[in-house]
Amino acid sequence: MDAARVGVITFPGSLDDRDAARAVRLAGAQPVALWHADHDLQGVDAVVLPGGFSYGDYLRAGAISAAAPIMAEVKAGANAGLPVLGICNGFQVLCEAHLLPGALLRNVGLHFVCRDQRLRVDNADTAWTSDYSPGQEIVIPVKNADGRYTADDDTLKALESEGRVVARYLDLNPNGSLNDIAGITNEAGNVVGLMPHPEHAVESLTGPSTDGLGFFTSIIKRLVNA
Amino acid sequence: MARVVVDVMLKPEILDPQGQAIVRKLPQLGFEGVAAVRQGKRFEVELDGPADEAALEQVRKIAETLLANTVIEDFEVRVL
Repeated sequence: MDAARVGVITFPGSLDDRDAARAVRLAGAQPVALWHADHDLQGVDAVVLPGGFSYGDYLRAGAISAAAPIMAEVKAGANAGLPVLGICNGFQVLCEAHLLPGALLRNVGLHFVCRDQRLRVDNADTAWTSDYSPGQEIVIPVKNADGRYTADDDTLKALESEGRVVARYLDLNPNGSLNDIAGITNEAGNVVGLMPHPEHAVESLTGPSTDGLGFFTSIIKRLVNA
Repeated sequence: MARVVVDVMLKPEILDPQGQAIVRKLPQLGFEGVAAVRQGKRFEVELDGPADEAALEQVRKIAETLLANTVIEDFEVRVL
């Protein structure tokens, strides 16, 4: 059987697209480079929106990329069940594109925070987290200036009651995120946004752990079993 | 050529740490009596034609679509 094909979109100012592609390859899938200005997902089985500072965070982080040509295809795909993972800036883009509820605002401490962060995986049923066990604790890097997850009360209540908080910060909340939220999913569980960076924790040589690999093996298992 | 201003502010219930940092600085600079500061954005939109109702309606659409994220921000449109 051919390897699953996972697309990684490069926007102007994306930084972590190569690391994301590398994580996809280490997990056993074939990474496919996608370009923000194309109206073409090249038939990929899943899509990653990587971290970085697309358009220099002008206007609001992710706001301009959310209107990139390829986002029309990402939205249509996501609504039809295509697995989509947004990491950091990718999470911001997914919120700005209204594929996920809420928004990511400037960190409460106003500092850019970069450190190894302990998280708890609260939802191990999404397309991107099935290789974890519910409640599993992992350590992966977090690095952002605009990572404070914010949503109105009704949205927060819905996220909590429907189990759509995918991961939560442990020990110390790095950015003032409401309810210590580090990642959320849509109702269908195919679209996931995550502020910390699993793609930087896939090899012991360069990461604090290999705990991040599970996001990428999860999607491959799902695609192979589909 | 008309100029239209769009003011964008965080909704009142959204925490604004930048505004808080500004207000905390004021006493050190000798300014007393300021209870709070909230930071927003101002956009100046230059139109090809007059700022008639159709043009203003389009500016409101622009504000809603791109200039503001209405999940977290409110906006106001006015002719300069």
